[in-house]
Amino acid sequence: MTAAICLAGVAKRYGALAAVRDVSIELGQGQTVALVGHNGAGKTTLFKLMLGLTRASAGSIRVLGADPVTPNGQRSRLEIGYLPENVVFSNALSGLETLQFYATLKRRSRSECAALLERVGLGHAARKRVGTYSKGMRQRLGLAQAVLGAPRLLFLDEPTTGLDPLVRQGFYELVGELRDRGVTAILSSHALSELEARIDQVVIMHKGEVVAAGALDALRSLAGLPVRIRLSVSSGFHGEVLYALAGLASSSSSSGDTIELACESRRKMEIIRRISGVPQILDVAIAEPSLDEIYASFLHGKDKAA
Amino acid sequence: MSNILAIAGKEIREGIRNRWILATTLLLAALALTLTFLGSAPTGTVGASQLAVTIASLSSLTIMLLPLIALLLAYDAICGEIDRGTLLLLLSYPVARWQLIAGKYLGHVAILAFATCMGYGVSAGALAAIHGDISGWQSFAAMLASSVLLGSAFLALGYLVSASVADRGAAGGLAIGIWLLFVLIYDMALLGLLVVDQGRTVTAPVLNLLLLFNPADAYRVLNLTGLADVAQFTGMAGVTQDAALAPAALVAALVLWTAVPLAGAAMILKRRQI
Repeated sequence: MTAAICLAGVAKRYGALAAVRDVSIELGQGQTVALVGHNGAGKTTLFKLMLGLTRASAGSIRVLGADPVTPNGQRSRLEIGYLPENVVFSNALSGLETLQFYATLKRRSRSECAALLERVGLGHAARKRVGTYSKGMRQRLGLAQAVLGAPRLLFLDEPTTGLDPLVRQGFYELVGELRDRGVTAILSSHALSELEARIDQVVIMHKGEVVAAGALDALRSLAGLPVRIRLSVSSGFHGEVLYALAGLASSSSSSGDTIELACESRRKMEIIRRISGVPQILDVAIAEPSLDEIYASFLHGKDKAA
Repeated sequence: MSNILAIAGKEIREGIRNRWILATTLLLAALALTLTFLGSAPTGTVGASQLAVTIASLSSLTIMLLPLIALLLAYDAICGEIDRGTLLLLLSYPVARWQLIAGKYLGHVAILAFATCMGYGVSAGALAAIHGDISGWQSFAAMLASSVLLGSAFLALGYLVSASVADRGAAGGLAIGIWLLFVLIYDMALLGLLVVDQGRTVTAPVLNLLLLFNPADAYRVLNLTGLADVAQFTGMAGVTQDAALAPAALVAALVLWTAVPLAGAAMILKRRQI
């Protein structure tokens, strides 16, 4: 597997401000990667560096095998799609004209634009001016230009902000399709829980540094967060249930007919086996630590160490 | 090349949509028609060609107006796109930064050329229709071409400003400053210098050189003295004898005033962090 992206010791300073510090990441082809972090964590700067829009202060960057600020890198941008945060288009042109303009720049035929607009649900507005578009429609136009011409690499900066849930779903479907075609994609997002099911790798950034990177499961066990189990029990049987599970859960609390347990990840199966033998337990819900929690846990650890 | 043409085409299309082209053409046509008919009223018996008179008055109009229009088109072209965030997306495409400047320049020159030729052409056409006299049309065509060249020099200056400064407000202020400097202040300062100097150090060759350092003056000299018929009428005939500036040198100056700022803008944009 050749690396689609390889960053080694990359740093970017704007005057005294270090936007990105010593970032080293390697991403394989066909992976979907979530880049998560606060505003100002350096996500957008990292995108700009990988696109060759700014030069790194230190370190080396290879994107699709080329340094993005060289003419070779410029050529390889034919195969890169980018959706910037808060995408803006010229208001005077129609959606179709806008897309055709970008198609020309990507050396693609203008005839594929109409179908692509249809695909992102803008078919009815293709001939209307972008100035009349809603925020969600502009975002969809932005997505259309990013996936123009079958890119091998996609950079999506906060792609789902301002989209309603239905459109968001459609958006993830499209990303899933591209993933099946072997497209490498990097998404940054605030809405972490949405991303969980759709990513292979997570890169957590904080104040310009990579705090943690890896597969979600690996990060989950690294963070050592508890699995939470919620039980519904027949009224009056709290004591029995708690007795049956004694020693397995690291903490428990009960209110009304529900019991909340927290346990280490490795004890989860044992508890489930035990639960199935207790007839007074009516229902069970298990919550793995979410991406949000993992993210918070790493940031917390970082702040404590600092 | 296709990148440059695509960007130029987009500029032209936007110019049509936001009615820039229409407004400029109408403005130039209205002013040109007014000047032509007011200006030609008293010349019925002088014997100067109607067209020559028109060239004299239109080139004076051009010196004031075309630089302003060009700067208004150009000052926003780069820093405005950075401000709005549209440049970020555009440069993530396989487009070199000099191609961006070249494309915008090409599109804006086309807009200026269209507006000038249509606006001024209307008045020339009206004259020809009324008097049936089209002698001197070559001079008129030369005036049109040099007007577009003057506009293109100020377009290039506008991009230079737009690529250098951080925000649109500063670019707008600087563009107005450039207009004031080249169109109004430079000549006044030159005049003051001549009066004070009394011809001791500022001799004719020095003055000629100084005129080349202002695109508006190069244009003025080209149109008011370069063309014999017109020179007669504008009272510049005497000046023409002293002025050793061949039209070729003046045109070369205007071309340089376009090429150098354009190259400067491309170089500055190349280093700029988006």
